[in-house]
Amino acid sequence: MPPALSTCQPAFSDVVQGARAVHLWGALGWQDIRQRYRRSRLGPFWLTISMGVLVAALGVLYAGLFDIEVAVYLPFIAGGFVVWGLISGLITDGCTAFIHAESIVKQVNLPLSVHVYRVVWRTLIVFAHNAVIFVVVALLFSIRPGWAGLLALPGLAVLCVNGVWVGLLLGLVSARYRDIPQIVASFVQVTFFLTPIIWQPELLPDRALVLDFNPFYHFVELVRGPALGRAPELVSWLAAAGVTLGGWLVTLALYCRYRWRIAYWL
Amino acid sequence: MSATPSLHVDAVTVDFPVYGGDSRSFKNDLLHRSTGGRIGRYAGRGMSVRALEEVTLAFARGDRVALVGANGAGKTTLLRVLAGIYQPTGGTVRRRGRVASLFNISLGIDFDATGYENIGTRGLLLGLTPAEIRERTDEIAAFTELGDYLAMPVHTYSSGMMLRLAFAVCTCIEPEILLMDEWIGVGDAAFVEKAERRLQAFVERAGILVLASHSAALIERVCTTGVLLERGRVRAAGPIDRILRQYAGHAS
Repeated sequence: MPPALSTCQPAFSDVVQGARAVHLWGALGWQDIRQRYRRSRLGPFWLTISMGVLVAALGVLYAGLFDIEVAVYLPFIAGGFVVWGLISGLITDGCTAFIHAESIVKQVNLPLSVHVYRVVWRTLIVFAHNAVIFVVVALLFSIRPGWAGLLALPGLAVLCVNGVWVGLLLGLVSARYRDIPQIVASFVQVTFFLTPIIWQPELLPDRALVLDFNPFYHFVELVRGPALGRAPELVSWLAAAGVTLGGWLVTLALYCRYRWRIAYWL
Repeated sequence: MSATPSLHVDAVTVDFPVYGGDSRSFKNDLLHRSTGGRIGRYAGRGMSVRALEEVTLAFARGDRVALVGANGAGKTTLLRVLAGIYQPTGGTVRRRGRVASLFNISLGIDFDATGYENIGTRGLLLGLTPAEIRERTDEIAAFTELGDYLAMPVHTYSSGMMLRLAFAVCTCIEPEILLMDEWIGVGDAAFVEKAERRLQAFVERAGILVLASHSAALIERVCTTGVLLERGRVRAAGPIDRILRQYAGHAS
């Protein structure tokens, strides 16, 4: 199949029509959440609790290790963990967006992007539950982000927009090469340690390589920064814009070419 | 709704890539099977199965088509091509009208969700809007005769009850082109007659019906034309009794 420009038209409309099917991916996303926690009284808040315990334990321990005040460190690590949960969820669940939707893909002719929007929406719901941790910590240490806090919302929107291309791209590649999800999972784990979630950026004497060239740092900062009351640096916005643009271009190019193969690969 | 639903399949070929299957040593063996598609090289790397080859068909309003053929003859693949799930590797498909594909009646059933919740999800998957689902829920509920059970999780249902639910939802839509793989069987004797009537009405509402089945009795009752597939090719197409005779003669 030669990938002419004309084959891109259906791929674009797939992405747009998929977004419009908001009732469908909205319902499927909720169904995923409910299915996971159906018979537990606390539901998705189990996730919140386990992350909360982790944040509290690590927060106190590392505040001691790094010799930082708990009142400063705990909100930082809480914000970092919650945002990282969203980013890593978008990436790892994005890999299986199509694989897990196999039965639907093979039986109903829907825009394939629906399955990616479903994953993004589901991850966002989990994030909303986890955000409670940050709110509690912020109240506890009376953090008032003020007007800068509102900037977390566009930051969140940027994360979701990127989550869509990540899901389309990784979902596509993973449908073909089934070992991709494992590779991505270990990549995400390494990135977690390289990104200032547990450690503060100020601890790094020469920040150039590890921070400025780490897109994950900038994405985390877009949400965590405002939540802690400081507007993200311009470089973070620029880096995020660059990744968003580049990511979508690469994804659309591949999606145009290989989208129609997904049903065959599943 | 478009005035006249139609389906055109022009020289459609479908090659399936086979990954990881080291079928080389079986190649000759597989090439001489009587069932299944043709196995060959795929784009120079790896194996491929040719599920459909140069299939050309045209269906218009009022057509009641049965797809017959041995296992692996390409019936399901052809249905998926008609539905737009598989984009053929060669040839073109033109489709006009709202298509509904019912291949697996229990698609999207969440066993931990209640009957009502499942009506909602399945309705959305069938392409209904939330408003349309609300409108039809009472009618669906009445038809299933499940009463208060509809507010209970589906895993408390017997398999027959679950089938009633799935069946009622699937047959509440009004597609212009209806694609079905095998007949939807509904166990419970008391329910069968009622279900058959509903199914008949459902099928009659559709402008075009394409049904893949092995049951000659059923096909004769519902379909007027037939397409006999053999190893991915159309071997014959025409009036249903002729096709069925040919298929029976070929099989024996």
